Amino acid sequence: MPTPLLEATSITKSYAGLRALSHVSFDLRPGEVHALIGENGAGKSTLIKIITGAVTADSGSLSVRGQPVTHNSPDIARALGIAAIYQQPSLFPHLTVAENIALAVESGSVWRRLDWKARGRLAVELLARAGAALDPEKLVGGLSMPEQQLVEIAKALGANASILIMDEPTASLSDREVESLFRVVALLRSHGVGIVYISHRLEEISAIADRVTVLRDGHTIATCDMKDVDRAELIRLMVGRELSAVFPKRPIAIGERALCVAKLGNRATGVHDVNFEVRRGEILGIAGLVGSGRTQLAEIIFGLTPTDDGALEVGDWGILRPCSPAGAIQVGIGYVPEDRRQHGVVLEMPITANISLANLAAVSRAGLISEARECALAEQYIGQLRVKASSPYAEAGSLSGGNQQKVALARWLATKPSVLILDEPTQGVDVGSKSEIHKLMCDLAEAGMAIIMISSELPEILGMSDRIAVMHAGTIAGFLSREEATQQKILALALGHGLDN
Amino acid sequence: MLERYRREISVALAIVALAAVLALAAPGFFTLQNQTDLLLTNMPVLIVALGMTLVILAGQIDISVGSVFAICSVAAGEFAKMGLPTPIAGLAACATGAAFGAINGALTAYVRIPSIVVTLAMMVAIRDGLRWATQGAWVQNLPAGFQWFGLSQSASQAATFLCALLLACGFAWGLRNLAAGRAVYATGSNASAARLAGIHPDLVTCAVFAITGALTGFAAVLNSVRFNQIPSNAGLGLELKVIAAVVVGGAAITGGKGTILGTLLGMILLGVIGPALTFLGVSAYWERAIQGVIILAAVAIDAIRARSGKYAGSPAAAGA
Repeated sequence: MPTPLLEATSITKSYAGLRALSHVSFDLRPGEVHALIGENGAGKSTLIKIITGAVTADSGSLSVRGQPVTHNSPDIARALGIAAIYQQPSLFPHLTVAENIALAVESGSVWRRLDWKARGRLAVELLARAGAALDPEKLVGGLSMPEQQLVEIAKALGANASILIMDEPTASLSDREVESLFRVVALLRSHGVGIVYISHRLEEISAIADRVTVLRDGHTIATCDMKDVDRAELIRLMVGRELSAVFPKRPIAIGERALCVAKLGNRATGVHDVNFEVRRGEILGIAGLVGSGRTQLAEIIFGLTPTDDGALEVGDWGILRPCSPAGAIQVGIGYVPEDRRQHGVVLEMPITANISLANLAAVSRAGLISEARECALAEQYIGQLRVKASSPYAEAGSLSGGNQQKVALARWLATKPSVLILDEPTQGVDVGSKSEIHKLMCDLAEAGMAIIMISSELPEILGMSDRIAVMHAGTIAGFLSREEATQQKILALALGHGLDN
Repeated sequence: MLERYRREISVALAIVALAAVLALAAPGFFTLQNQTDLLLTNMPVLIVALGMTLVILAGQIDISVGSVFAICSVAAGEFAKMGLPTPIAGLAACATGAAFGAINGALTAYVRIPSIVVTLAMMVAIRDGLRWATQGAWVQNLPAGFQWFGLSQSASQAATFLCALLLACGFAWGLRNLAAGRAVYATGSNASAARLAGIHPDLVTCAVFAITGALTGFAAVLNSVRFNQIPSNAGLGLELKVIAAVVVGGAAITGGKGTILGTLLGMILLGVIGPALTFLGVSAYWERAIQGVIILAAVAIDAIRARSGKYAGSPAAAGA
């Protein structure tokens, strides 16, 4: 057996007390494609960051071509021939292809003279090796996504990379573009480059990988030859976990229809033909992998992204076409976005103004904002959600992350919506606040609200939802009732695999 | 409460300190004549500063106000010469200003050109366009009813002062008590969150520029009626005075933070410092330098406070 190109042994890494990786081992041989798979949060990214030197492992060892790497950093990793290509290419859009490649390859003093002819020649040669017919003088900003990925590959080749990490390289590519990428992968492999290939698409992995390693909850579950496992087995390996947390879900009587969505879609975002309904008192979980269009769907319902076709039917309001957030708020739809720091709270504003922002009418009299009412409203939600703040007038920017999330949530509760869309409601929230938020969701459902909960966390989806809609590639691949849902079934639908096999 | 108005209080203290020094060293500064002159010169600047406060709160900047001021001054005079009654000529000048403001706003909000570029282009284009159109000539032979609106000088001065006061109070009140005021703060602080909350940030951006244009036109009218002829190069450097007053008053140049009271106090501090130097026997050449130091000091205090961790993790506050 040849010396492995890369060998990571018993890697352990914790972030703020949370175990991200626990004794993970991984190896890569020359000329092989080794797939790395696992659910969101299984530890794939952390492992990649350790290999590329972006973070340091707490314990465990890493060796490249048999030589132990005691200190790692992005520079050292690059010198060792490790290169990574991410879903979003990290290129300079205002520079040409040749300049982008040269920046990755050249080294020396900042005062060195640039040899433009040599840069051009180098670019032509590397692009040819990557199998790309690109004009090196073109601006990168004008290239398509797959073309930009080819530039990334050329950069990696130029750095003499023998270990190439590809993190979801096909997420934004069409089928034809995937094929041409695979041809490049085959070419690289024939030159002895080892490739770590991360993807959620199992069909791709069976097409391209020689071996596969499954991570789950920070542990290596299995490493096997691709020919020895089938897709169903891989799904079983990826999931195979008991529901760990206890969810405070209570049985709540399901009422009349609150929202019905028909044929919604937006071609530019890849969402198409979405149909579902949600009833009062019901919690509808929306599961799916990152990139399956869950957030984009929420944005269409809320009127942030226009829909190409289709309509909503909201309670007593009848059939309407989502047009703007203001319209959505008017008909009683609330939306708590995923990134609450960026889209949720207004950092410079006090808590009071943050909570009343989407429903100023409730704290106004004859069009004038009443400070007393505003303060009373804020105090009500500060109490109900247990926001830790020095006063209702404290700036939102001075609160901790968890408390900012609660303020964002309070804003939407204050609009008294009949349908509340929660995008990753407990992401980045500590365990205590998490169960508080889950309990609150039950209270709201009990009060007759219809809740749509988008979540990447399968236990949360299984634990909190009355019904689960699983998205795959921009549309709903299937519905599961609370009783029939299992992690395997959800994952099978999310991977576009269907339920029958 | 003290925490909320910290900046306003420190600027007010600086003004009091300056007044105390003047009272001891140069009591002549407080004569009625001198105070009236000071007020009248600064009223137009204050009115423009009200609009600029909105623009900066909404996260934008308008450096074309000086040029808009000039063209509105000339427009007011020309409208009056065409035979329009002075109030109508004044309103027409305001409308001219609002139109230029709306163009600035539309280019910023809908074409998405950064406002500093839009208003820089507008500043140069209006200034040189006006120079070409007037050949540098002043507007003369104004109708008799134009100067002081046809009122007595003191009545007109009182009216000017009253207008500025009412506008300042009105804007301060509106920013605090109207949903529209909230929309301005929310747009400047976090436009995407504002959009999610049902506010139309593009419309807000457009509106604050149009309002600033209208106020600039109004200020130009109040300034023009003080003389019997109108210069075609009025308002040179006005934008800097105005932006300085807003920033010293505690508004964050990145938007979302600031008050009208702060702008008013910033205006007083910067407006008083120049004449005060003359009274204290310091060369007037120092005026600009000292104003610059005040601006730097105000902004530096913000930056240092932001870094000291009070707003830890808030990138917007760091730029304030």
